[in-house]
Amino acid sequence: MAPLRPYRRYHPGTQPEYLHSPYVSSQKRAPSQPLVHLPHTISEITGPVFSNELIDVKAFDLTKQHSAEPLGERIIVSGRVIDEDGRALPHTLVEIWQANSAGRYAHAIDQHDAPLDPNFTGCGHTITDAEGRYRFVTIKPGAYPWQNHYNAWRAAHIHFSVFGPAFATRLISQMYFPGDPLMANDPIFNCTADESARNRLISLFDWETTMPLHALGYRFDIVMSGRDATPFEENHGAHR
Amino acid sequence: MTLRATTWQTVGPFFKIGLAWLYREDLAGADVHGERIEITGRVLDADGNTVPDAVLELWQANSHGKYAHPEDGQNKPIDSGFSGFGRIATDDQGRFRFTTIRPGQVPAPEISGKAATAWAPLQAPHINVSVCTRGLLRRLVTRIYFPDESANATDFALLKVDPVRRSTLIAKRSANSPSKFEWDLVLQGPHETVFFDI
Repeated sequence: MAPLRPYRRYHPGTQPEYLHSPYVSSQKRAPSQPLVHLPHTISEITGPVFSNELIDVKAFDLTKQHSAEPLGERIIVSGRVIDEDGRALPHTLVEIWQANSAGRYAHAIDQHDAPLDPNFTGCGHTITDAEGRYRFVTIKPGAYPWQNHYNAWRAAHIHFSVFGPAFATRLISQMYFPGDPLMANDPIFNCTADESARNRLISLFDWETTMPLHALGYRFDIVMSGRDATPFEENHGAHR
Repeated sequence: MTLRATTWQTVGPFFKIGLAWLYREDLAGADVHGERIEITGRVLDADGNTVPDAVLELWQANSHGKYAHPEDGQNKPIDSGFSGFGRIATDDQGRFRFTTIRPGQVPAPEISGKAATAWAPLQAPHINVSVCTRGLLRRLVTRIYFPDESANATDFALLKVDPVRRSTLIAKRSANSPSKFEWDLVLQGPHETVFFDI
């Protein structure tokens, strides 16, 4: 077999630590033991491949899932899925979920006293095209309060799930909106040490994808781990 | 100048609305080759409380030890009905369950220029697992291995793990049925599952 081509490790500081005490739920769920470093094997450099038949071609439009349009500010969220070397990642599954315009999720355990919208479920999916592009039509999600600390509010966000080409590249993240004053005090937005890494979670308002008389455009590019140039090296001791 | 990979964020408590459409708890259809197995377990936190809002993703080879992916160049049979992907959520008691076929063995890495290694050329049968929950700022990665499997003793990944913690990666055979296994995932604490940095 051809030699394996591992994926690059995350750059130090650009990913959250598991324990981030200001996010209270992490305290009992973050592992206390160091992770065991595992060089990539065929198990990590392969990953699920999703067929076109799986994809509902209408699922990119969250405003057309019911008999009438949802309430709120209609927006277009689009961007590219690329790797750290700027290469497009075509045919990769992108899933999103979010609160409605009032800041309420269509989920049984969301008890926030804000109205549900019978015309908005808040989930969608799509698959990237040959240039790695994706596009969703949705409603700008509202901010909402949560129990983490006194007067805690989540900044408005859309959850993103992206697979990329391998088990090693799996990513789940959240996209934020430019200028949202709640980000400064949101422990989830702030859980990553590296400020520029955090700021890359903020979408850009985009005239190019804004549709006249219809919807504002926001651009959010997603970067997945790149390929490591160095071949497999056994330079890590056991029990590490 | 390379770009930097996007930062992870927690799935939060409401992931079901976005991820449930792709839940797959029966990985292998009736015509897929291999030994049928069922794996059940619980996800537990530092206090031993069950975690009712966890989502697990599974990735495994087919019974011949081949992944359904273009970069698996091994000359082994493909099962057209078997993608190797599963996604399951815990219920309100923190339990999960999935059925699949027992995976075959896949290659361990080769090291050029080094004749002898402690690990065998093939990895022991295993299922790759990602777990995400509210409170986890990014996923945890682990593996499920099988008991009574002689290849475990020379498995590439198990040999990297402190011997006293290896048992957290090995499912237990159910007393009721040889095809049923139990495996708990413990996020934190004295019986914490081994998680891998991949």
